[in-house]
Formats: sequence, structure tokens, C-alpha cells
Amino acid sequence: MRYEAPRTLESAVSLLAGEPGSAQILAGGTDLLVRLRSGFDEPDLVVDIKRIDGMNAITAENGGWRVGAAVSGAELGEHDGVKAAWPGVVEAAELIGSTQIQGRATMAGNLCNASPAADSVPALIAAQAVARVIGPNGTREVAVGDIATAPGKTSLAKGEIVASIFLPARAARSGDAYLRFIPRTEMDIAVVGVGVSLTLDASGTCTAARVSVCAVAATVLLVEDAAAALIGTPVDDAALERLAAACSAACKPIDDKRGTIEFRTKVAGVLARRAATIAIERAKG
Amino acid sequence: MALDDKPELEVRVFKIVGSRPIRPDGIDKVTGRARFGADMSAPGMLVGLVLRSPHAHARIRGIDTAKAEALPGVKAVVTSADFGEVSDDLRDILHNVMAHDKALYDGHAVAAVAASSASVAKRALALIEVDYEVLPHVTDVDEAMKLDAPVLHEGRSDETVPAGMSANIMHRFEYGHGDVEAGFAAADEVLERSFKTAATHQGYIEPHACLASMGPDGQADLWCCTQGHYMVRNTCAGLLGLDASQLKVTASEIGGGFGGKTTVFLEPVALALARKAGRPVKMVMSRDEVFRATGPTSSTSIDIKIGMKRDGTITAGWADLRYQGGAFQSSPVQFGAMACFAAYDLANVQAIGWDVVANRPKAAAYRAPGAPMGTYAVESVVDELCEKLGLDRLEVRLKNASRDGTKAAYGPRFGRIGLTATLEAAKAHPHYTAPLGPNQGRGVACGFWFNFGGDTCVSMSINNDGTVSLSEGNPDIGGSRAAMTMMAAEELGIPYERVRTTIADTSALGQNEVTDGSRVTFAVGLATIKAAREAITIMCGRAAKIWGIDEDAVFWEDGHAKPAGPNAGKFPPMSLAEIAAVASNTGGPIAGHHEVNAEGAGVSFATHLVDAEVDPETGAVKILRYTVFQDAGKAVHPAYVEGQFQGGAVQGIGWALNEEYIYGPDGRLQNPGFLDYRIPVASDLPMIDTVIIEVPNPGHPYGVRGVGETSIVPPLAAVANAVSAAAGVRLTELPMSPPKVLEAIDAAGD
Amino acid sequence: MTQIHVSTKINGDAVEFLCEAQETLLDVLRDRLDLTGAKEGCSTGDCGACSVTVDGRLVCSCLMLGAEAEGREIATIEGMAAGEVLHPLQQKFLEHAALQCGICTPGILVAAEALLEKNPDPTETEVRYWLAGNLCRCTGYDKIVRAVMDAAEQMRGA
Repeated sequence: MRYEAPRTLESAVSLLAGEPGSAQILAGGTDLLVRLRSGFDEPDLVVDIKRIDGMNAITAENGGWRVGAAVSGAELGEHDGVKAAWPGVVEAAELIGSTQIQGRATMAGNLCNASPAADSVPALIAAQAVARVIGPNGTREVAVGDIATAPGKTSLAKGEIVASIFLPARAARSGDAYLRFIPRTEMDIAVVGVGVSLTLDASGTCTAARVSVCAVAATVLLVEDAAAALIGTPVDDAALERLAAACSAACKPIDDKRGTIEFRTKVAGVLARRAATIAIERAKG
Repeated sequence: MALDDKPELEVRVFKIVGSRPIRPDGIDKVTGRARFGADMSAPGMLVGLVLRSPHAHARIRGIDTAKAEALPGVKAVVTSADFGEVSDDLRDILHNVMAHDKALYDGHAVAAVAASSASVAKRALALIEVDYEVLPHVTDVDEAMKLDAPVLHEGRSDETVPAGMSANIMHRFEYGHGDVEAGFAAADEVLERSFKTAATHQGYIEPHACLASMGPDGQADLWCCTQGHYMVRNTCAGLLGLDASQLKVTASEIGGGFGGKTTVFLEPVALALARKAGRPVKMVMSRDEVFRATGPTSSTSIDIKIGMKRDGTITAGWADLRYQGGAFQSSPVQFGAMACFAAYDLANVQAIGWDVVANRPKAAAYRAPGAPMGTYAVESVVDELCEKLGLDRLEVRLKNASRDGTKAAYGPRFGRIGLTATLEAAKAHPHYTAPLGPNQGRGVACGFWFNFGGDTCVSMSINNDGTVSLSEGNPDIGGSRAAMTMMAAEELGIPYERVRTTIADTSALGQNEVTDGSRVTFAVGLATIKAAREAITIMCGRAAKIWGIDEDAVFWEDGHAKPAGPNAGKFPPMSLAEIAAVASNTGGPIAGHHEVNAEGAGVSFATHLVDAEVDPETGAVKILRYTVFQDAGKAVHPAYVEGQFQGGAVQGIGWALNEEYIYGPDGRLQNPGFLDYRIPVASDLPMIDTVIIEVPNPGHPYGVRGVGETSIVPPLAAVANAVSAAAGVRLTELPMSPPKVLEAIDAAGD
Repeated sequence: MTQIHVSTKINGDAVEFLCEAQETLLDVLRDRLDLTGAKEGCSTGDCGACSVTVDGRLVCSCLMLGAEAEGREIATIEGMAAGEVLHPLQQKFLEHAALQCGICTPGILVAAEALLEKNPDPTETEVRYWLAGNLCRCTGYDKIVRAVMDAAEQMRGA
């Protein structure tokens, strides 16, 4: 295995595109090193992107925030601007692993690892975040929900890197939240996780909503029926019940050592209701 | 002076015992200087790795190691062919450490290599060709007992097993007395319930590790993390055909054991590789290997039947306990059957235990082996009976409690015991009457452990400068060196700081039983006190010589020899340091020693109280409050006694809520890591409050009872009772993970 | 396999070493630099026994490549005491008997120090959640939490 730590995106792309064997990108390493150690992955080349200019930056852009791919969860959690605009995204990213994991793990890495249970992704999808992908054929903007295609697989072509994730400007009277279910209080992979982002008008009626659920299908789901249950309503108990039912109905989970089909389906609805409640409080300011 | 004439339990005001000095090995442990199993290296050292079966059950038709041996950098490859014939009592250990004709569980060692680096060793493993004939497997205990179950070993069931039963049943135990049928007939309420518990692992944070070297003359050295280096020496000598005196084992600091390091796994393999390679071999397990291939405790299936009168008197108790102990006869069902009714004074009791094998790793001891599971089942039924009859849970236990002189369910009569003291303390404690909120419940349970004595040797040297060097042979898993130092200093009457306790290697002392059975503070403490008393006798003799008076006319007090009787006041007292300074001139260096198979260990009872909250929409459980009441006899170092109470309680909480071995239909372990084998983390828990009860044990000079194991016995039931109360439905399977709790709540609500 | 040359700083000292690409920082600390205070408990980032700080940030050294240490400042348990003088956390751990076997202790001390650098007045809940990535099997965490809170109080008062 070879290790390279290029200083520019161009050289990173060219290393990855030009590698005849297999190559992996190293950001925080909290997934990659586990796979290397267990023998699950044996790449010929590892490209460390943390020394590339700008990868560690969080910059204001068009009212939103552009988060470099090498920004760790800990750094994100210390950024007042992003926390104020998208508290749901930040709390989701901060749920990944322990304090030690937070010191290294990145949202981009969490996204590209393409686990169905990735904690940051439902909140990112609910926020309509966009990944900037840079590769040998240029730059493209990809909705975060279009990155993972199957467990462990992404839509990125050989040589492409997610360089940053863009969180759009927050509309007024908006709030987002992410909740996940784990058996302990920390350190577990989400059994099910729900991200909700919504906007209210002056009278308290929901005018926009996005609801996303993880760990209940091969990839993280955007549940349009769940959003529809909220839009145009005062988001009262009846609407929340319909939201919960819609989320449960959208689940296509498996039985595994972390949860049963029945459990995930039921709890998805419970969490959707609870996350929406928090998002509403945040929207009301 | 005949010190042994002293009555055993003197009323004594202790100066050091009962205080909380800093442990002698503490600084090394907070600075990273302490050397654990994997922290040692040797010149020319090779890395050893193990090839493990990916099949739960398979015949090994052949192993071809030629390609591995030919790989540059590989210095030795071993299989079972490299081990000779061993005595019957070592056969199962050998076949577990290195598979013989069958691989019997996922992770079973089938070969090992020693190479110049980890990456070469890894490549060498991939080059070993094993010809497996995969066989059907069985991992569940009740399934393994069926007549059509795959059989692990033919013809090993002994005469206690009735004819016509599965060959996977190795032994049947039975304990009890009286007439249970008559007892049930006399009851107002009889409850019969079935329980299941999943297998759990001790979960020590330090994986097994060792460094072995052997010269061409067969003299060998072994550094390893273990609970008993004398056991390691004896077992490895037996397995490798060495004399005990040829193999010197040094115990490293140990990063947790809880019983799981009272046997061998890597050590014989490392020695065999070192012998073949002619170079030192270091072997360290990965976490995956620890889970797959060391010694978890049994999964169980238990039936309980208890009869109670309306006034709370228990008229009969019956238990059928089925434990699988992995691939070789190893389950702790005997202790489970003996201990499960121990807290109750019963006229009619019967406990039957079945020791079953299954395609899982060979079970090793796990803290009070066998008792937590059986106790969980019994205490759950007692709890349900109390609920049904509207009786107070502590009152019912007090009414039926074992007391001094009670004939235990497992046979002997109890001596002085502290169960009722713990129950009374719980009853009087504010926790018992604190108000509970919605979805919250309180659980109570009692537990017990026998505690053991065993072979113990201690040697105490009085150094020329008046300091004392104490050598003992029991690895320190929880602060025991502090306790030994305290007892030595107490007895000698010198400051704690003047004594240093070391764990000696196997060449320095006689046989020492492993650090198990909650025996160390009791047995090594007892030996330390006796060794100190011998040294005192000698020092009094030296003073007598110096003063020219009779030995009987000298006594020891406050660290000084003093003249007594007619000579009182004639000579100024001589301190230990003064006597030591002239030892050469009065007969030579001064030392005391004691060797004993210690008897008289006192049992330790406990009562646990726990409050839990259940989220009725998700089944999530939160532990709100926990209090341990346990009899320590005499707490030598109260902080370390509290530590045992807390650590055992938290292991029990993990066992009750989230820990379990998950096997797939292919018989492979699905969760061999700390991600999905979920031990409690700091944020899962409240403070664990402790109340130390002291009902002195007459068998120890200071009244000490072992405490380390009892603390894990009540929590499974206490937590289950609390969760059942909070959820409004009885849970009968462990772990009570959220999907199970939610399913039970939803089913009850239908 | 070509080895990578790394220049870094460990506990304030300039250090150079060679390592293979796949070696973790933990492998390097333990096997090449004889800094065995950090322990390997799991190699999956789940136990925290390998905790160190990198440029002041608490991380698992088992999840970082040795090569990544280039130009960084690493702090390990071995650098916590100032010669003979223990850090208040180390002292409080001894006084509170906040260790039994001691294998998790280096990782927990490094993690606790990082906490108190960031938040000198944590609540019990904040201490527990910060330390959730440090597994202890012996103590049940009670005395550990008490020791950290006591050390924090002492450090605030000093």
C-alpha cells in the first residue's frame, strides 16, 4: 500500500484517476482504517486529502455555508454560524461515534462511506445539501441524496472526490432536527434515524418540509409522503400522526443484529414525530 | 510467644486497615509506565499469529503448511501435530488451544505461525491449506440437548446422564433436600416460569498477550497477562512436556480478567512456536479473536417453580438449569444449581443442572460463574409472587432469608452470614422509599457467592533499612497489592509506605491458586498476616537475644519489640528498623513466610436496589439509580471494596440490558467487537451507590470476606425486576434490549 | 515495502521515525517509539484505550496512520506529568481509587485532560458523554467521574 498526501485538488484527482490498482480517499479515516485493519479493504493507494488547501475550511457562501470535505465533526460543532443555521445537521454529525471519533470523522466521509445508517445523511438530505464533486472531467454539483447508490457504493466515478458540502441559506422561520435510536446512549450505529427540516409561515402553517430516514433501506430515504403530511398543516398532533405513519410506511428495513424489521418500522414513526416537534420549536425561534 | 493462640476474631482497633491509602502500583498506572501483557519485547522477537476455523463444526481432514513454511520470514509453523500426548485432565485444554481432529467453533485455532513481522505472519496464514469437511452445527442449548442434534463428542456423557439422552449432555447435577411436591401442595400460590439468557463475555479491555522464549535446553520464559501465572506454568509444562522448574512465568500487569484469564489460550502456542523457531515469540490477540476464541460464559435456558403462602413463606423451590459451556465440558451449571436458592432458608428445594456442549468457544469462568443466571431466574419468580400476593419484596426476603445455621440448598450449614444485614440496610435506605415517576420501576434482588481459599504462598523479607518486601503470587486485578501492604503494615506496626508488595514470578514461591474465587484479600491476606507474625516472632527473638532475656518475655507492639513482665521498662523498645539493622549479627537476615491451602473463606451476600425508566414507545431503558448493599466481612481498603461492588453491578447491568453473543444460522459469531457487543459506556449509567456491611468472617484474622464476585450476582434480576415494573410487563429473556422490551409492551397492550 | 519518513513532535520533543504506509499511529507509538502507554483494546475506535491528542484534538491513535503525524504535535499519556509532578487528574485518580486494573486509565486521563482544556467546569452528564468513547470494564465509571469532577474543581481553584 502507498500513502500520498497531495497539496492540491488537481494532484489528488490525478493520483486517483491515474492509479492502475485500487485507491481509497483518506479524510478522517474512522471508517477506512477499520476496513484496512480488518483486511476488508486492501487498496494499493491511499490519498490523504487533509493537506489540500481549503479542505479544512468552512466558508459563508450565498447565505449558506460551504463545508470543506476534511472538516471534522468536532470543528463543525465549534462553528457558531453553521450551528445557528442548521442545528439538525450539526447535531447529526456530532452523534457519529465518540469524542475521539468526532476529532477526525467528516461529513463527506460519512456520506461517501455509503452506509445505510450514516447519521449525517438524513439531516443533510432534509437540508437539501449539495456535494461538490471534482474529478478528471471537471466539477459537478450532486444532491447529497444521489451520492450513495447501495450499501458501500457511491455514484462517484474513478478519480472523483467530494471536495465540499454546501448547506443552503436558511429560510426564515425554519428549523431542522435529527434524532436516532440506539440501544445505549452513545457509541452505537443508528438502528433508525430521522432528519426533519421544515419552514413555517407567519401563522404557523408549514409551507415546506423534507423528511429523511436512515437504516431502513439500502440507502437513506427521502420520504415525500411524510413531508406531504406536514405541508399546509399547522403541524398539530393529527399531522404528526400522519407524518409518523408515512415514515413507517416508507421503511424497507432488514432484520439484523441491530434491530428487527418491526422495531425499525415502528420507531421510525416515533422518531419522526419527535424530530418534527423539535424542528418546529426551532422554527418558531 | 505463641501468637497462634490468639482468638481468631480479636476486637481490634485498626490503624491502617479500613483507611484509603494510595495503591503502590498507582503511579505507574496513571503515567503509562505500567507494563501489561503486550508491552514487553525481546531482542530477535518474532510475531505469532493464529489461523482460525471459519466453520462452527468441521472435521479437519488435513493441514498443509508447506507453502507457509517456505515463505521468507516465516520461522515456525505449528499445528496439533506439534503437541504430544497429554494427561486426560489436560486433553480438553489442549484441543481447545489447538484443534485436534475437529474444528468445534467459529474461531477455533487450527494452526499458528511465527514470522519476522506481522505482515509476513498474516501472509503466511493465508498460505496454510486446511481441508475441512463441514458438519452440521448447533449453538442453542435446548437444541443441543435434542436427540437429533449434531454431536460434538461421542461417548463422553458420564453416568449421571440418564440413558437415551443426547450425547451433548456431559453431566447432570442435583442439589436439594426435603420434598418439593409436598411443598408445592402446601402453597397458596405456585408460579412456574421459563427464562433464557444469552452468552456474555467478561469484556476485559486488554486482549490476551504473551511473550515466550525457550532455549535449546528446554529452559523457558514466559511473560503474559494472566490471573494465575502458576496455573499457566503448570498447564504449559504439562502441554509441552516440560518440568515445572524449567518454565519460569512472569505475570505482567493485567488489564482485566474477571475469570476469563484463569486459563490458557495463546501461551502454549507461543511456547511451541518459540521452541520450534529458537527465538522469542510475541502473540497478541485482536479484539475479534478475544470474542470468538476465548472463554465467554454460558447461554442458558432455565425453568423455575416456586410455591409461596399468602403470608410470604416460601414452601418449595425447584429449578431446572440448562447451560451450554461451549465445545468442551465447561459450563458453570454446577455453581448455578448450588447458588440459585442460596439466599433462602427452604425446607423443600431441588435444583437440577445440565452441563451441555455446543459449537461455541469453550466457556471460562466469568465472575461468580453460573450464579447470575440461576439467581436471575429465581429472583424474578420471587418478585412476581410478591407482586401477585401484594407483599413487600424486602419483607418476603427477610422472612425466608438464610441466616446463621441455615442449611443451604446446596448442602452445608451457613456459619455467620450477613444476608439479613444487607436486607435491613436496604429497607432502611432512602432509595427504597424514594418516589417513582411515570414509566419508572424499582427492582430488588439478592445474591451470593461461596468465595474460596486455595493454595497460597507469601514470603516477607525484613530489609536492613527497616523496610519490608512482601512477595506474593497472585496477579493484582483490582488493587489487592494495596490491601496486602496494608495488612502487613498493620500487623508489623509500621507505616504503610515502608512496605512494598510485589507479585513474584513462578521461580520465587510455591504454588499459588489463580486470582479467582474472590480469594486474594482473604487467602493472600491471611498468609500475609501469618508471615508477618512469623517475622515478628523472629524479631522478638532477636531482641531477646540482644537484651539477654527469655524470648517469651518479649512482645510486639506498635512496630517495636518490648520487654514484658519482670523486665518491663528495663530496656527501651527496639523498632523493626533497629532490629533489622543488626540482623546479620543476631543470626542472619530476617524473613517470615507462610504456605497454606487456605480454608475458612466466608460467603458474601448482597442485596441490590435499582430504579429504571422505560420509554414505552421505543423500549429504551435508562438506569436511574443503583444501590449495592454487600457484606464484606471487614473492608481492608474500602475504596477498592466499593470498586468491586460498582464494577460487578455495571457488568450485571450490561448483561441484563444489551450484552449478548449473536450467532448467525451459519454458526458464525456476528458481533465480535465492541461496536455490536455492547458493554455499558459512561453515559449509560448513574453513580453506583454502595453500602459496605461488615459481618466479620471468623475464618480470617481480620474478618475479611471476598467481595469481587457476589456483586455480579443480583443485578440481572434486580434490573429485570425494575424494567418489568417500569414496562408493566414481565420480561423473561436477557438481554432486555429495546426491541424485546417494545415487543413485550406491545404484546401486553394488545 | 518502502518506508515513509515522518518528522513530528511528541510530548514536546522533536521525533523522527520510519514506518510502513499501513501502520497506525498506535503501532508506531508502541512498536517503534516504545511509548506503550497508549493501548490497543479493539483496533476499531470503539474503546478509546489508544487515545492521544493531535494538535490538541482528542483522537483514537488506532484510527490514524503513522504517516499522518507529519508536522503535527502529538501528546500521549507519557507527557501528562511534569517530571515528578503529577497532573491534578492523575493525582485525583489515585486519591479516588478511580482505577482497578488500569488498562483504560491512560486513555481516560488523556481524554479527561482534553475535556478540561475545552470545558473547565463540566457537569456530571458532560463528563459522562465526553468519556463515552473510553470503555472501562472494572470500575463502572463512578469513581472515574468523581475524580474528573474533583480535579476540575481543583484546577479551577488553583
